[in-house]
Amino acid sequence: MEIGLIVLATMLAALLGWLLRQSFNTQPWVAGAAAEADHQAPFNARPKLVALTTFLAVATSFFALILSAYSLRMELGDWVPMTEPSILWTNTVVLILASVVFQWTRNHAVNGNVARIKPGLLLTGALTTAFLAGQWLAWQELNASGQYITVNPSNAFFFLLTGVHGLHILGGMYVWGRATVRTFGGQEMDAVKHSVELCTIYWHFLLLVWLVLFGLMLST
Amino acid sequence: MGYVAIADRDHEVEHHDPQTFISKYVWSQDHKVIAIQYGCTAIFVGVIALVLSAMMRLQLGFPDTFSFINPENYYQIVTMHGMIMVIYLLTALFLGGFGNYLIPLMVGSRDMVFPYLNMLSYWVYLVSVIILLISFFVPGGSTGAGWTLYPPQAIAQGTPGVDWGILLMLASLGVFIVAFTMGGLNYVTTVLQARCRGMTLMRMPLSVWGIFIATILGLLAFPALLVSAIMMLFDKTLATSFFMPAISSMGVDPGHTGGSPILFQHLFWFFGHPEVYIVALPAFGIVSDLLSTHARKNIFGYRMMVWAIIAIGGLSFIVWAHHMYVSGMNPYFGFFFATTTLIIAVPTALKVYNWVLTLWEGNIHLRVPMLFAIGFVFTFIHGGLTGLFLGNVTIDLPLSDTYFVVAHFHMVMGVSPVLVVFGAIYHWWPKITGRMYNETLGKWHFWMTFLGTYSIYLPMHYLGFQGVPRRYFAMGNTDFMPASAQDLNAFITMAALFVAVTQVLFFLNVIISLRSGKKADPNPWDATTLEWQTPDTPPKHGNWGHDLPECHRWAYDYSVPGYKDDFIPQNVPASDEAPADRQHGVEEH
Repeated sequence: MEIGLIVLATMLAALLGWLLRQSFNTQPWVAGAAAEADHQAPFNARPKLVALTTFLAVATSFFALILSAYSLRMELGDWVPMTEPSILWTNTVVLILASVVFQWTRNHAVNGNVARIKPGLLLTGALTTAFLAGQWLAWQELNASGQYITVNPSNAFFFLLTGVHGLHILGGMYVWGRATVRTFGGQEMDAVKHSVELCTIYWHFLLLVWLVLFGLMLST
Repeated sequence: MGYVAIADRDHEVEHHDPQTFISKYVWSQDHKVIAIQYGCTAIFVGVIALVLSAMMRLQLGFPDTFSFINPENYYQIVTMHGMIMVIYLLTALFLGGFGNYLIPLMVGSRDMVFPYLNMLSYWVYLVSVIILLISFFVPGGSTGAGWTLYPPQAIAQGTPGVDWGILLMLASLGVFIVAFTMGGLNYVTTVLQARCRGMTLMRMPLSVWGIFIATILGLLAFPALLVSAIMMLFDKTLATSFFMPAISSMGVDPGHTGGSPILFQHLFWFFGHPEVYIVALPAFGIVSDLLSTHARKNIFGYRMMVWAIIAIGGLSFIVWAHHMYVSGMNPYFGFFFATTTLIIAVPTALKVYNWVLTLWEGNIHLRVPMLFAIGFVFTFIHGGLTGLFLGNVTIDLPLSDTYFVVAHFHMVMGVSPVLVVFGAIYHWWPKITGRMYNETLGKWHFWMTFLGTYSIYLPMHYLGFQGVPRRYFAMGNTDFMPASAQDLNAFITMAALFVAVTQVLFFLNVIISLRSGKKADPNPWDATTLEWQTPDTPPKHGNWGHDLPECHRWAYDYSVPGYKDDFIPQNVPASDEAPADRQHGVEEH
């Protein structure tokens, strides 16, 4: 459980530090105290960004807890390290590319370079779909070679981890799909720009999660 | 770009006024309607769980009497009672119900930040409840694995409901967690982003603080339950071996090898312990507001109260293994978890002192909500003290799996939060419905519930010391228990049935009030917080009419010396306090 604990402690510490800055040394019982006029401006942020950040904390907790279970289960006697299908390397490169292209698209969107958004979104979609297809192929490969989910707990964790990671990407693809439809439907750039920004953060997050998962599975 | 509070941006968050009955009351995006939907659904399943507990007590008090209770469905009853009460009633009611109703009104917002997501949250919660209820009617019935769902027995042959019940239970939990996450994102974002002008974090009422921190706990802790539910589903349906050791049950070998049931316990309690505080922290916050309002006195040590809530929330993540002392662990771990567990007593005791000090020399009005709030302080101290016993490894070992534990957690997270639920309903009822309730009926409800629950759980401590084990369908011929233990058990059953029946008073009061209750004053308790200052009672869609409120002070300006009224609402500017002859020095600068 150490992994889960450390990750959670880090997140709670960040929250605590922020709360401290907000509340330390205030005297709320003094009416109309000096701070009256400033409406507190915690993040200078937009609500969707706050919600996304909160959701990323939830997802971090989720993955960290599976990894805790992974490390606990690994110590038991029947664990046999599995050989990861080599296609995972290709998939990793594809997912990195997807993140890079999304960042590129986002930068153009922020700078108002509207012409680049459409190809950028399409390319990201294609790359991400390719990643998901690649993960599917990896599953097929394992099943074909008799490495079923039940053969060993390491296999079970492989299918579980890639599965939930894939589901998170699918959720992202839903938002990506909405942004893409809106872009091609000729909607206001401002709204689309915001979606693209948020999607980019989510894509980077899922890339990071994948790199951690993949690194852990390779090393054990 | 400078910061513009969401509240100040005109209709950044769109608020279409609902037109039809359907969009107003069924597919509603109004946080108040959603809160009522959440509340009614939660109370509905809560009543089912109450009936289940009565059936359980019938068997324990009068064994061999009721033919409709057999060992199999006894375990199903126990399981469903626990699961419903903890998750589908208390979590949903405090966060989905009170969280939804109070957060936007108390921080001065027109609605939650994402109203559509909020509506979705309720309907997904309803789906999880329906899945849960369906499990009563599938072949084999609901699961009888105990609310902790420990493997291997949860999915091993021989446990009731092992075919369908457990699947539906796990699915329902998964759906519930999705619903909670959608709601939780809303509560956190609304508190952080949609406060009205002047509502700094440290001016928020403690109710909002309690709900806010509890939501964060839930968002971080529920994933642990989700992970364990998914992994158990894998073990059950795909025959993986995350949790399942090699086992042959009832002559069937499901093909598991080498899994670790302890791993499940770790994951489950990593969720399970924070869950206690997900229920308790909103109760703490609400009680603080009730005591302060009805004692006409500012809450003692507001900042301490906020930090105690935060400290309890943080600590609740590092005590989970105190539920697992009997599962066997390294003594050093046991020492660590006993220490952290006992440390939680510090911020908790601090809160209790502050509640008592708030009452000290207050102008106490023993109205119905106040009775429930004071009742909570009693039951909570009581349950907290027995927690000190159970937090110590050496004392926990003999007491574990006895009625002492049952008494402890029912006092601390059964009776106490439920008293707060009732107190809160009575307190905000005039705002929610615009009508008053019958005060006498409410007082009867309080005294019968309070004394009744005490007569249930006080004797249970004693039975626990006698070694009477929990979870047993019938005691059989056990030498270590005196025959009188059974008499006491029968008494407890009578008390439990009494308490169950007296809850009719509450529903009676609700019905009478809705049909013919006196029209309520907008602010019947002379309270300071913003929800009492709305232009309409009950508040209309959008809450605040044309202009949003501005907050000029904290939530506890009661009995401020030198002012005519004994309360100053949060939205009264410093210059308009209608003072007799004085002003605060500070604001002249």
